[in-house]
Amino acid sequence: MIGIEQYLGLSAVLFVIGIFGIFLNRKNVIVVLMSIELMLLAVNINFVAFSVHLGDMVGQVFTLFILTVAAAEAAIGLAILVVFYRNRGAIDVDDVNAMKG
Amino acid sequence: MLSNDISVILPELMLVVYAMAALMVGVYSRKQDAISNLILWTTVVVLAVAGFWIGLSPEGTSTAFNEAFINDGFARFSKVTLLWGAAAILALSREYLAKNKLLKYEYPLLITLSVVGMMMMVSAGDLMALYLGLELQSLALYVIASFRRDSLRSTEAGLKYFVLGALSSGLLLYGASLVYGFAGTTVFSGIYTVVEGEGLSLGLLFGLVFLVTGMAFKVSAVPFHMWTPDVYEGSPTPVTGLFATAPKMAAAAMIARVLFDAFGEVISDWQQILVFLSLGSMYLGSVAAIGQTNIKRLMAYSSIGHMGFALMGLAAGTEQGVQALLIYMAIYVTMNVGVFAFILNMERDGQAVTDIASLGLYSKVAPARAFALAVLMFSLAGIPPLVGFFGKFYALTAAIDAGLFWLAVAGAFASVIGAFYYLRIVFYMYFGKETAPLTGAMPTLHWVFLGGASGAMVLGVVNLFGVETIAGLAAATLLN
Repeated sequence: MIGIEQYLGLSAVLFVIGIFGIFLNRKNVIVVLMSIELMLLAVNINFVAFSVHLGDMVGQVFTLFILTVAAAEAAIGLAILVVFYRNRGAIDVDDVNAMKG
Repeated sequence: MLSNDISVILPELMLVVYAMAALMVGVYSRKQDAISNLILWTTVVVLAVAGFWIGLSPEGTSTAFNEAFINDGFARFSKVTLLWGAAAILALSREYLAKNKLLKYEYPLLITLSVVGMMMMVSAGDLMALYLGLELQSLALYVIASFRRDSLRSTEAGLKYFVLGALSSGLLLYGASLVYGFAGTTVFSGIYTVVEGEGLSLGLLFGLVFLVTGMAFKVSAVPFHMWTPDVYEGSPTPVTGLFATAPKMAAAAMIARVLFDAFGEVISDWQQILVFLSLGSMYLGSVAAIGQTNIKRLMAYSSIGHMGFALMGLAAGTEQGVQALLIYMAIYVTMNVGVFAFILNMERDGQAVTDIASLGLYSKVAPARAFALAVLMFSLAGIPPLVGFFGKFYALTAAIDAGLFWLAVAGAFASVIGAFYYLRIVFYMYFGKETAPLTGAMPTLHWVFLGGASGAMVLGVVNLFGVETIAGLAAATLLN
């Protein structure tokens, strides 16, 4: 029987993978965008699990809102990445360094 | 029922409808330059009028959509401050935008949409409304941070702001999910009831910590400040001016809203987090700014330090503390409008200059402007008897009355350290080495804002223009 604990554990693990994906990743910015998406989806698992556990619809409604916002966020993130690429010619994380300090 | 809800959110609704209608006008218009100019000024007027409308609306608290939206004195005070701040910065933007070929109709409309998001944030009575308001604000701000599409710095600022902003939203959401799961509701008043009855369970405590972390990113409190200097430096200057005013007011009010409306029963639990954030911000803001040579970067550290003082009021956890927060933010927004009216006109031979050393002996080039900026710098440093001092004074008093004596002493020390870099600018202007003079001519409107802000810093010492009483009434509505 899969209970609420397993779902919370899964979402916590995914969320932490997402955070580490942002900070430890040295490859390119696309991976950062994927990590952000992973974090939001981990939160969604949390909401749906709680929603079922509590027998309360609000969590699922919240999830739908998050999915919508995540789509908008990905669109804007990719758009900014494209204009950045046009100026810099690269999307390596190490190349995001015009300003320091 | 629905008509009642609609009447509560009418100002926000009008702004959204205006933004969408103006977008349509912009898209289908043939004369892009003329229409962009027109939309910019219309937006300034609309935002300012919305501020008057909300400011003059009757007292009292009303809620809409099952308490998801709260319209009380606290929200109205914050909204008026951020609407007028945004309108002032938008009015100042025009010359810069026109000079850099950025005068597009999207710019004022993105600001309008982000302002609607901010108004949602300060009025939120439910975690869902809070999140949607926050994202509406952030998404619009990511875009205008990278509004100068052909500039590497601007796009890099946008990218950094986006990544860290999305990270902070993720943390906030994770906190929201835990709070929802352990309280069984997303409505603030419901969470309050649960916390009041059963105390703060471990799950709720974790949720609270994640929520505060996510929100601390938005006010750029230490240790979540690292995006601020880069984003401030890279963004187009009017956008930097916007970042330093309206969103800061909204985010500070949002923290107060969540902490008091949802977790007002367990002040001692979040007080220590806020004390830590406040202390770290005040010291980092003061110390790290000393080595800066770029004035936009300096203003970024300055804003970190100032948010530390604002959070000190919040850390007190009292009505007096919330009042101090509101007064502080209102004064801070006014000062920043003046300072950015000056920074926007720092240029030499048509080229924007942000180096502080270029202000050498500026008092001989433009004595009046130099004097007005000097007054603002003294006020930012918190030197009595200017108004900036009273902002700090209220925050320190609130902290002392709440038994945080040591925090107040530490804050006073931090403001002494911080005074160094504000006074260094004054020193450059009056006693520095002579450099090739800045040649930017200042438009009359910019003069009005610069002179008005520095005049307000002097004249306000009489009664703070009545802000103290209004902020007191506003704070009282939050705590009841």
